[in-house]
This record gives sequence, C-alpha cells and structure tokens, in this order.
Amino acid sequence: MIWNAFAIAVREIGRNPTRAFLTVLGIFIGVAAIITMVTLGQGATIAVKAQISSLGSNLLTLRPGAGFGSRSASAGVPNFTEKDADSLGEQIASIAAIAPVRTASLSTIYLHNARSSTVTGTTPIYFQISKWNLADGRFFNEADLRSGSAVCVIGNTVRKELFDTGNPIGEKIRIGRASCEVIGLLATKGQAGMGDQDDTIIVPLSALQRRMIGKTSSHDISQISISAHDGTDSIALIAEITTLMRQRRNLQSNQDNNFNIFDTRQIAETLGSTTQLMTMLLAAVAGVSLLVGGIGIMNIMLVSVTERTREIGIRLAIGATAREVLLQFLVEAVTLSCVGGLVGILLAIALCASLARIISVPFNFNLQINLIAFLFSAAVGVIFGYTPARGAARLNPIDALRHE
Amino acid sequence: MNAISQFPLLEVRRLTKTYGIGDAAFQALKGINLTIQRGEFVAIMGPSGSGKSTLMNVLGCLDTPTSGSYIYEGIEVETLTSEERSLLRRYALGFIFQGFNLLARTSAQENVELPLLYRGISRKVRHEKAFAALTSVGLPTKFASTPGELSGGQQQRVAIARAIVTEPSTLFADEPTGNLDSVTTREVMEILTRLNVDRGITVLMVTHDDEVAASARRKIVIKDGIIESDTKPSV
Repeated sequence: MIWNAFAIAVREIGRNPTRAFLTVLGIFIGVAAIITMVTLGQGATIAVKAQISSLGSNLLTLRPGAGFGSRSASAGVPNFTEKDADSLGEQIASIAAIAPVRTASLSTIYLHNARSSTVTGTTPIYFQISKWNLADGRFFNEADLRSGSAVCVIGNTVRKELFDTGNPIGEKIRIGRASCEVIGLLATKGQAGMGDQDDTIIVPLSALQRRMIGKTSSHDISQISISAHDGTDSIALIAEITTLMRQRRNLQSNQDNNFNIFDTRQIAETLGSTTQLMTMLLAAVAGVSLLVGGIGIMNIMLVSVTERTREIGIRLAIGATAREVLLQFLVEAVTLSCVGGLVGILLAIALCASLARIISVPFNFNLQINLIAFLFSAAVGVIFGYTPARGAARLNPIDALRHE
Repeated sequence: MNAISQFPLLEVRRLTKTYGIGDAAFQALKGINLTIQRGEFVAIMGPSGSGKSTLMNVLGCLDTPTSGSYIYEGIEVETLTSEERSLLRRYALGFIFQGFNLLARTSAQENVELPLLYRGISRKVRHEKAFAALTSVGLPTKFASTPGELSGGQQQRVAIARAIVTEPSTLFADEPTGNLDSVTTREVMEILTRLNVDRGITVLMVTHDDEVAASARRKIVIKDGIIESDTKPSV
C-alpha cells in the first residue's frame, strides 16, 4: 500500500511540474539561507576567537592616555619608564610576566629593498607574553639584552618584502642607524582585526635605545605588556595595577587616569558574544525566510486545493479509501519537502565553502543546523501540503467531487 | 436460476436524505422504497431538484442517507464505515458523471488504470485490461491522450472505460449525456446498452432526456423526493 501510494505520488508530482517546482523552491531557499547564515556566522565567531587568542590570552596591555582608541586624550601624556614595568612585576603577585615595549617607525634596508617598518624594542619575555613562535632561527636572550646586541627577529611580511624568497637568517639589515643581524623568523599569525600582525621587527630594547634611535628620555616606554597567572581575576588585577600606576605617576585623587589597560580576555569575550548574537540574528532572519517559503508553499497548496479536492473526490469515487488518498498526499508532500531540503543543503554547502574563502573565515560543516533546517522544512512542507488534503478526504466523495 | 440471484441486487426502504439543519433544512428524499434486480437497465427521471441525483448518489455510496435502510447484495450499507463503502465502490460499483471527472493532465490509459491500481493489480494486467476497456468503447488509439486533447464524447467514453475496467456489477450514470451533442449521445447510449445486454451489467442512469431514457427498460420518475411512477418492462 505504501509502495502504491509512493508510485501514485511520484506520478502526480511529475504531472504538475510547476507546482512541484514552486514547492521545492520555497523550501530550498529557506533551508539554504538558514544553513549558510548560521554556518558562516559560526565561522566568523571561531575566526574572531582564534585571532584574539593569537594575541595572547590573559594578556593585559598598559598604554598611556585616557582610553583605548581616544587619540587626543593621549597627547602630552608621559610614556612609561622601564622602572614602571619592573616595580609592577615586583609588587603584584598575580603578574606572571611583564615586558616594557618601545615602538618606533624606522626605515629598514636590505640590499636594494627598503621599507618603513614598525620596530618593537622589548625584553625576551615579550615573545612568551605575546605568544610568538619561531619559524626559523632563535629569539634574542637576556645576554643580547644586556649587551645591546644588534640582532632582530622579523615577521613574515617583513621577510617577504626584504628577502622575497631568500633565507633571512644570518643576513644583516639596516634598521635606522644600525646594521642588525637577523637571528629569528616569526611563525605567521595572519591578519587580525587590528592589522597585519606579521609586519613587525622585534629587537632588544637596549639595542633600539642605544644603537637605532638613541635614548631620548627615561619616559620612552610606549606600552607595557603583562601576562597574568592562569585563573587570575583580571578585574582585581586591573585594579591593583591602576592603584600602583596612579601612585607612580603622582596622580592626585581628583585627577583621571592618564593611562589605560587593555584586557584581551575581556575583548575576546565581548567580541565572541557579539558575533554569537550576530549569528543568532542571522539565523532569525533566515528562519523568517524559511517561514516565508512555507507560506509560499501554503499558497500553492491553497490555490490548487479546488483541483486537488476534485482529484480526491475522483479517487474516492473509484474506490480509493480516505487513508490511501491521504497517504498519497503525505508521500507527495514529504517527497517534495525532502528534495527541497536536500537541494537546499547542497547549495548551502557550496555557498558556505566559497563564501568562507572569500571572507576568510573557517568553514565547519555543522550537522546540527543542517538537521534542524531539514527537519523544520520537512515539517513545513508536510503540514502545509497535507492539511488541506485531510479536510478534503473526510468529505463524502460526492461533496469532494462538487467542490467549486 | 441459482440461489443468489433470487435476492434483489439492491433494496431501499423508507430512505430519506436531508440537507442542512433547522429552518434551512431541505428534504431531498422523503421516503423512497425501491428494489432493483440484477441485469436491469433503469432510467431515473424527474425535474431538477426532484432528488433523482441525490437518490443515485446514495445508491452509489457516494453520499450517505439521513435515515432508512439500504441493502446492496445482502450488505447493510448504512452500517458500513466510510472505508468499507470505499471498498464496496472499488469492488462492485462503477460511475459515469455528467462532467466526466477524469484526472487532468493524465493520459486516457492512466485514467482507466487508476481503479485497477487501487485494487493492487500488476502493471502488465492493468495495461491489458485498460487496452481491452478502451477498445470496447471504440478508443483503441487514444491511449496517450490527456482529457484536454479529447472531445467531450471521447472523454465520456474514457470515463466509461474507467468505470467498466473493474467489471462492476452495477454502473451508475449521472446525466452521462448531459454535456454531449446528439451524435455522441447516441454512441454513448449504444455502449451503455451493449454493456447491459452483452455483459449483464446493471445500469442505473439519471437523465432528464426522454430519448435517452428510451434506452432503458424500466423508468422511475421522481418528484419532490418521492417516487411518482415506476414503469416496469412488460415481460
């Protein structure tokens, strides 16, 4: 009986290709939209989290100026000293590592290639705090720092521009006034929201101060990078640092902070929840499109209900039972919905794979959302396709035949 | 005569049918008593609104009576569920309608095969029976044509083929020639007469056309929901 109903249903679908196409279309657009949006949204969330964690987790950055991003507020505000970093490290127990950072934009030259690069002068612990890994060579060490050796570790973007495909290790490049040996190549971190992280040259702080630009003042530290011990309450840590720094910078109680603390974990959480919210929003929009598709299907079914009621009347009159007729309609609705759902999933996978590459987010096949979208679409198709038939099959055959 | 044929084919007693409820209620049948034997060719006549189509639909199990008893080949029809009535239609009854009621966009062959499909008959046998039925109504070359490609007379002949392909014991025809011209009317009536005479199929036909009714051997006239006259053949 099921096989019979299936045969009749498939024949009936083939008999009205336009109706079948429109039904499938309604479902398939909805399914493709919902899967694509959710998958890409989740890819974006993963990408943002990966980028944030590549900056270093538990990472606090201390900068001069009133607030992150407010440029005018930092004008005329003194930088930090190396002693600031030392005393923070000594006096606050939850700080695992701390590195003073001085940055300068200097011209770098290798043979005929020249460019302007951001040069970071810091201490060896900085590599650990900022989660840099080596692709080749070595980091500079405490001995290099003490002696102010003219050595540098370069990012991949700098390597590409200065050395093209050549091996940079052991080569000498000119940075500002000094000739400097490349001792290490950093593993690539890629593009982050805040620019190309691989466009960097890292040198011992002492070398930057003495050889490349000359020490201009003791307040020459533009940033202090701090990593906390695992499990540290970052809000309490920020409060401790703030108290100590206010003291060191001689701020009166009526004066605002003239420094700010940037907490990557907090930013990561904020960005993570923002992208999650976006994903949910996109899913809601896509859900609406699935609903609209469902209403489209309902329209098609209602428009054809007169013809289909007569069809039901004819089938009943020649001896089909109501159950057989309903089974046929159910199979029709399920078949169309499933075809629409499957085509939608295939399109969504193709769309996700290509869009993910274009906007450079990872593409992960999400079984759950595929199943949800498929089942929901099947339910929509079955409910809207089957319900009108149920009413008609309950009629006396003669009433179904006379339906106008 | 064998034992079974001593029972009448169908018998109704005090059959009524009321449409609507309360003040809007309309009694289409007001107590019909009727007995029909196997092999009869009966014309049911009467003015429009007389209840003749209602009677026919109730006899054909397409509609349910409000009260009264109806026995078809010993079966108490009023006790059947709608599913059982479907099975009775499937195995014993055939229908021809004024408006043909063929499935649209469906070939003549598939239309004729449809009742066989519900009987679970194999593809090969379905084809053979459909071919035989379409041939017997004079349409052996119109297998693949859909109703839209056929004339009214041809559509009605496809409908007849569909009704007889299951070899029903009774054929119900509701104004079978109502939408046809005089030439095709004669063709259709010849087919119905032949089915009745050659195959012994009982034919119940509703018509308002005296010429068409002349093919029948028994004429029942209905007026205002009751039988006004019942002219049996003079044997």
